[in-house]
Amino acid sequence: MNELSLHILDIVQNSLKANAKLIEITINENSKDDSYTIIISDNGHGMDEKTLTQVSDPFYTTRTTRKVGMGTSLFKMAAELCDGTFHIQSTVGVGTKVTASFVKSHVNRAPLGAIEDTITILMLNDCDVDVVYKHIIDKKEYIFDTREVRQVLDGIPFTDYDVIAWVKNNIKDGINTITEEEHK
Amino acid sequence: MKSLDDLKKIRDKAQAKVTMRGKNDGIRVLVGMATCGISAGARPVMNRFVEEISKRDLEGVTVTPVGCIGECAIEPIVEILQGEQRTTYCRVTEEAVDRIITEHIQGGKPVQDYVIGKYRL
Repeated sequence: MNELSLHILDIVQNSLKANAKLIEITINENSKDDSYTIIISDNGHGMDEKTLTQVSDPFYTTRTTRKVGMGTSLFKMAAELCDGTFHIQSTVGVGTKVTASFVKSHVNRAPLGAIEDTITILMLNDCDVDVVYKHIIDKKEYIFDTREVRQVLDGIPFTDYDVIAWVKNNIKDGINTITEEEHK
Repeated sequence: MKSLDDLKKIRDKAQAKVTMRGKNDGIRVLVGMATCGISAGARPVMNRFVEEISKRDLEGVTVTPVGCIGECAIEPIVEILQGEQRTTYCRVTEEAVDRIITEHIQGGKPVQDYVIGKYRL
């Protein structure tokens, strides 16, 4: 996977599988520490300690359609290839938090890529999940929250393609704005 | 988030449309979006479906991401559900999406070049 946003799309499938109702995706870029951290947390059913020790093993999966589960191990590998760290915290009945941190300037760090596509695909999911996307670049911050969108839409589903187009533009503009402001 | 005014306009437009729309059988497009699908390019494929359906203003077609059906080697896999009929496409590319929409969703005839029977029986 050549974009970090593809890894994010992959990891949140686990949150959906865990019946999460709220998924929070946070990206924190810090030039001073040269760090790039991605945190994905959900309020799904969580994992026990035994499962937690197995999830990063590519040959562990809860699926019955195939014998491997590469999503988490690929994300972990991506972080480790950038001299970063990867860990998962989880509590049964509370939720799960995946933290991957990268050295921002590392030559192996993939670009974020089309995060707006990742978020809108999540919104098109059947699970009716809410998503909060927070992107921090040093002191600037952009927040996108589907709960606010839902409130305005007043019953019109996310599957309305004008809504999807609006969301994509909002996220793209939002990130561009904080990037430009921070580079001024 | 930026101004929500445009979103309100979209809502008002959509509310007007719902009341005008009659009962529609509907077509469902399911795109495999597990690790295998994502690494094979399922996200741009799904994106293309959303964009083209919106551009061609097709009513009653929904696109939904789904899991993996165990045929990871021939991803991206897309299923089209219409009533009782289910068509499974594999190794779908963005160009294939255009053909599937034109020939199958709009034309009613599955695109044989991409149906799963060509790869698996």
